[in-house]
Amino acid sequence: MSRYENDISIVFGGAAGQGVQTIADALVTVLKKNGCSVFACTEFMSRIRGGSNSTQVRITEKKRSAYVRRIDFLFALNAEAIEHLRDRIGEGTLVFAEKGPMEGMETTDFIDTPFAAFAKQAGNPIFSNTVAVGLVLGLLDIPLNAFSGYLTEQFAAKGEQVVSQNIAAARLGYGFGRETAEKKQIEVAIKPAEVRTDELLIDGNAAVGFGTIAAGCNFISSYPMSPGTGLLTFLAQRADDFNIVVDQAEDEIAAINAALGASYAGARAIVTTSGGGFALMEEGISLAGVTEVPVVVHLGQRPGPATGLPTRTEQADLNLALYAGHGEFSRVILAPGTFAQAIELMQRAFQLADKYQTTVFVLTDQFFLDSVASVEESEIVRLPVDRHIVKTDAEYKRYRFTADGISPRGVPGYGYGIVKADSHEHDESGHLTESFELRRKMVGKRLRRLQPLGREALLPERFGPVEAENVVVCWGSNRGVLDEALDNLQREDLCGLHFSQLVPVNPAVGEMLDTKKIIVLENNATGQFADLLSRELGVRVFRKILKVSGEPFSVEEVVQALGEL
Amino acid sequence: MKNNPFDMQGKEMGWCPGCGNYKLLDAVKGALHELGIDHKNLVIVSGIGQGAKAPQYVNAHMFNGLHGRALPVALGVKLSNRNLVVIAESGDGCMYGEGGNHFMHAVRRNYDITVIVHDNMVYGLTKGQASPTSRMGMKTSLQVNGVMLEPFNPIAVSLALDAPFVARASVGDTEKTKEIIKQAISFKGFSVVDIFQPCVVFNKMNTYQWFKENTYYLPDDYDPANRKFAFEKAIETEKLPLGIIYCRDGRELYEDLLGITHIPAYEHEVSEEAFEKMLGEYR
Repeated sequence: MSRYENDISIVFGGAAGQGVQTIADALVTVLKKNGCSVFACTEFMSRIRGGSNSTQVRITEKKRSAYVRRIDFLFALNAEAIEHLRDRIGEGTLVFAEKGPMEGMETTDFIDTPFAAFAKQAGNPIFSNTVAVGLVLGLLDIPLNAFSGYLTEQFAAKGEQVVSQNIAAARLGYGFGRETAEKKQIEVAIKPAEVRTDELLIDGNAAVGFGTIAAGCNFISSYPMSPGTGLLTFLAQRADDFNIVVDQAEDEIAAINAALGASYAGARAIVTTSGGGFALMEEGISLAGVTEVPVVVHLGQRPGPATGLPTRTEQADLNLALYAGHGEFSRVILAPGTFAQAIELMQRAFQLADKYQTTVFVLTDQFFLDSVASVEESEIVRLPVDRHIVKTDAEYKRYRFTADGISPRGVPGYGYGIVKADSHEHDESGHLTESFELRRKMVGKRLRRLQPLGREALLPERFGPVEAENVVVCWGSNRGVLDEALDNLQREDLCGLHFSQLVPVNPAVGEMLDTKKIIVLENNATGQFADLLSRELGVRVFRKILKVSGEPFSVEEVVQALGEL
Repeated sequence: MKNNPFDMQGKEMGWCPGCGNYKLLDAVKGALHELGIDHKNLVIVSGIGQGAKAPQYVNAHMFNGLHGRALPVALGVKLSNRNLVVIAESGDGCMYGEGGNHFMHAVRRNYDITVIVHDNMVYGLTKGQASPTSRMGMKTSLQVNGVMLEPFNPIAVSLALDAPFVARASVGDTEKTKEIIKQAISFKGFSVVDIFQPCVVFNKMNTYQWFKENTYYLPDDYDPANRKFAFEKAIETEKLPLGIIYCRDGRELYEDLLGITHIPAYEHEVSEEAFEKMLGEYR
């Protein structure tokens, strides 16, 4: 007899094009409609067809947003999936697969599952994905009606017959799932909570997209590059509803320059890219620095150097963002840890960019962007849209010296003044100069805003026992995994600290770390954020927990690493 | 012309005495004034180089950006406020060399800007190396055995990508250059004007005299609406044609294809109704 409490991990594995993602999308939607708390994350190869990809769907009692290595139910759509996931198949893993093509590959708990036969019986071999979803629901003893409703909606355009055939396929899978549960004495103890209609099921791209739209962003120019592309397509699909200009640039150099042109003219502009694409934008970041034109950069990280692992995850581009662009000027780097935070931080990014006339980076990564989780509507924060644009008068000077270094921002065509933006060192009116005195003053003007930016910087969020002597620091997408690991460990001497703003560091952070033993968890090889903390605050980092395989941290390995402390 | 609102008073010029840039600047400012354009409604975007300094000396909005990057900046400006008159102005190295990829794709987009290229067939600001339009055989400190490559042909490239307005002028005749620029600015769509000018310091080959001897104005009966004839003109090498080589109305603007309204981006507001509707898709 197997009993599953609090936490079930279901993994679907197969080749690209076999429908792993379709199954997972359908399943999480239906589970959510049944009141289950779900989280899904995905790992895939950089190819269009073939290879071996997998998606994990977790159903948990507490809301979770982390990857676990453990697999309770594995649905292998081909033989390679078993090979690919071999080292994650453990004693408790129940494998569902067609026996035929997998002769000799059976694992201990192998259930020969006639996906294809059921699909054919229902009317078409392509229905095997529907069979699989039905099977999971049967296994978990979750009513089929929500799935039938989902299928009706999905296939409405294809006619009644396709809908009813799909429902038949789902029923066959469901029946098989129920039978298996009885035969194997599987009992699922997770009670779905009350069905909630005020919860949204979204992926990371949608979270970043919601925030970007809520911020009043109306210009994006970008060149496709995984995993940054998701935001570009998200905005393209909603461009008409929200008056967003979407331009697919000829290269990333064009993208950043177009965004700066747009922002100069008064738009709220963003670019989205990944490390390699961003490397091409660096000169543009320098241009934004000297011209004081606000811009937001969404940098979806993936492992480098160069092409690296195009579809995998990493947090190794912090230093790239931190040091991008020649010369010295201000910048802000944000890194959301939850979807609700991403929605808020995207708005904050535009707010800071416009208020301080600076570049704001938002660092995410493949794991974060491709994950799926629910967000309560009450968690969605809306910030006011203030562009900080003034109507110019005839005496207007774009770079007028002010106490805080921020000159009122005029835009061409609004008012009576002339707005000159210049990449050269310039005077207050924006004309190039080689005056040493002006140069000195302009450098100071551009850097002075770092002080208020630091004071306004978001403080890290503490979780776990506040008085604990050991503090585990993480940033960006590692919020969920650290939270869950600490929850599992329940140790009085360990607490977590998540940074959603990395640069500048609020000076008050020093006090939070004083007298603590600092452990830093990050998905890179050298501990870039650990180094940043040491440099900025003079603190000593006791240990770094790092990972560079291209996968996200699993809860198990964080538990283990922290257990060894 | 007197009382030109585009004139800048008391500005120290960064150009060499006798430079062709002066005549080009006069032609541009003259054209703008004669067209009655409001200087508060004009943005000149430029890159880097001596020619790219031109908007420093014009009383109008300016974005003097990076080498090669004038066109994408101009794109961003135009798409964010299409009420503005936008000119992208830079040299041959900036537009055709460093910015070559942007040039090609800007022509493809056909947004309503005018591209003015100071074409002096040499790199001035970096002290005399070959540019994409340098003639074969020209010796420089870097091309020690003379330029070995055929020059880039901006007219033919523009035509190949179906730029709807392609012209060439020479600062030897400021009046005619001004008239060509006026037509280019008035044209609705992507207009390219390649303008010959000497570099009196670094280009000893392509002098005022050389341009006079090696160019001719297209005759009055030349039909610029015919792309095939235009191609024939574009690939002439004996003597280089001046004037409006190609002009075709009716190609759809990128702004219109994107459905951009005349409301400037800074006046947009987020539609709460659309936002609610979007969230609803995920419930």
